[in-house]
Amino acid sequence: MLEIFHSVYLEKDKCEGCTNCLRGCPTKAIRVRDGKAKILEDKCIDCGECIRICPYHAKQALTDPIEKIKDSAYKYTVALPAPTILGQFKKQYSIPQILSTIKELGFDEIAEVAYGAELVGEALKYEIEEDGYEKPVISSACPAVVKLIQIRFPDLVDNVSKLKSPMIVTAGLTRERIIKEKGLKPEEIGIFFITPCAAKATVIKNPSEKEKYIPLVDGAISIIDIYGEIRRKINNVNVDESTQTSSSKGFSWARSGGESDFLKDKNVLNVDGINNVINVLEEIERGKLDDIDFFEGLACPGGCVGGCLTVENSFVAKMRIQERAKNIENQEFIEEKKIKEVYDENKLTRLEEIKPREPQTLDDNMIIAMEKMAEIDRITEELPGFDCGSCGSPGCRALAEDIVRGKATKVNCIFVLREKISELSMLTNEIVENVHPMMWEKEKKETE
Amino acid sequence: MAYHMKFTIEQGDYVTAGEASRKIKRNLRKIGIDKKIIRRVAIAAYEGEMNVAIHSLGGEMGVELLPDKVVVVIQDKGPGIPDLDLAMKEGWSTAGKEVREMGFGAGMGLPNMEKNADEFQIKSGSSGTTISMGFNVN
Repeated sequence: MLEIFHSVYLEKDKCEGCTNCLRGCPTKAIRVRDGKAKILEDKCIDCGECIRICPYHAKQALTDPIEKIKDSAYKYTVALPAPTILGQFKKQYSIPQILSTIKELGFDEIAEVAYGAELVGEALKYEIEEDGYEKPVISSACPAVVKLIQIRFPDLVDNVSKLKSPMIVTAGLTRERIIKEKGLKPEEIGIFFITPCAAKATVIKNPSEKEKYIPLVDGAISIIDIYGEIRRKINNVNVDESTQTSSSKGFSWARSGGESDFLKDKNVLNVDGINNVINVLEEIERGKLDDIDFFEGLACPGGCVGGCLTVENSFVAKMRIQERAKNIENQEFIEEKKIKEVYDENKLTRLEEIKPREPQTLDDNMIIAMEKMAEIDRITEELPGFDCGSCGSPGCRALAEDIVRGKATKVNCIFVLREKISELSMLTNEIVENVHPMMWEKEKKETE
Repeated sequence: MAYHMKFTIEQGDYVTAGEASRKIKRNLRKIGIDKKIIRRVAIAAYEGEMNVAIHSLGGEMGVELLPDKVVVVIQDKGPGIPDLDLAMKEGWSTAGKEVREMGFGAGMGLPNMEKNADEFQIKSGSSGTTISMGFNVN
């Protein structure tokens, strides 16, 4: 079986075995077993919803500590900040000031992912005109949404844009340039993404095997982990204006709609929040939205600004991004010619095909699978229908399925258990009240 | 061996309509039906659900999964379709303003069902309409 790596994981000691994550998971990928939450690897899309929900902060994302950049294997390190970082700070801190501060945390260079975003966004104009797409073309930017499509909307994989994500584009171009400029070997360069979310961290740990340089990104440092360090240093930093390489069009990808803005003359739909995205994908699957040219679906509320590894409230961060964009509306860094050139060289196109992930069927034999489905329906009818999650499965139907799959029993349901105990106690009473004639004889003898 | 599903569809309930086709999709996937066929079944079932909710006095949808085919039967309680040939034309609709404002009633329902099904039969009279659709599984 295929090994699936996830960056979302459980810190067992902190888990109280409650049902918050269980019921909040949009893909029903969590079960509580032996008093602890357990993530079903084949269902998890790394959206980070459980990280947001868990009141005990037991759900975490596996990212790299900033100390990793000091690894002696790296002769040159680069920080690849996601544009979301700009929404974490007030406007009084300029973009070059924020970027220079990150650089001073120990990196040799800064390469804004917003730059790659600008390239991909402009290239989208050409890509959307390509043959072979069913409409709408779906953005490939959010890895949680791409994984959701692979698992739950497998017939929509061909709608997904063939362009790479801004992070991958920025990392690829940066590594190539540094190899050329500095004469370094690919493995001597350490490229670190400053990530707002778990899904991106997962992408980094599962590199495409077709890329020329593996890994393309050496690590993921979460915004949460780096935020405090930036705050401490930001007022005493030598601002290097050249750190900023993107315009407002690029960094606006941090918020929902930023990508769609590149397609001004097209019919675009942008949706954020994983459950909203699921609902709209249902509509697309039904063929109801073929009048739309482009669909931008982002798993987090407000877009990447709502990532589970960010500090600032997503609404505030979104406002800050928009505010910064307003100030520098006419700024253009990348020439159209340059974009066309990179696009035509195929540097922006995904190397790996996005394939549907086969679902776990109830049985390899369809007839047996049908029987099992009928059994699930029957058991579901017998369960109380409260979807309380106390059984450790995310709802009554999920419990019924877990029972049929041999992974749970019916008395996991506390209401079924209560009924059984009630039946048992009635039976006990009945037995006790009907005294056996032999016993009566014995008692009589004793009193004589 | 066959596997059945049955759904009640209320008149005017556009909000929950779509639930049946979602459940059909979920169950067929876990049974191991090909994704292309599931999509066609789901589209046709959804159109059927919406038709019953919009135009009829309510009805039922039954899904029967046989080893070689999926059969979807949608039956409503009337008032029936006066001109069937016209109703089967793309873009022809009798849906009211409220329905159209919600984005439905574009007159694509029946043609879309016929297009997605391998077999399509429709019978209509004043006591109701019955649509029967077959989808080959293999």
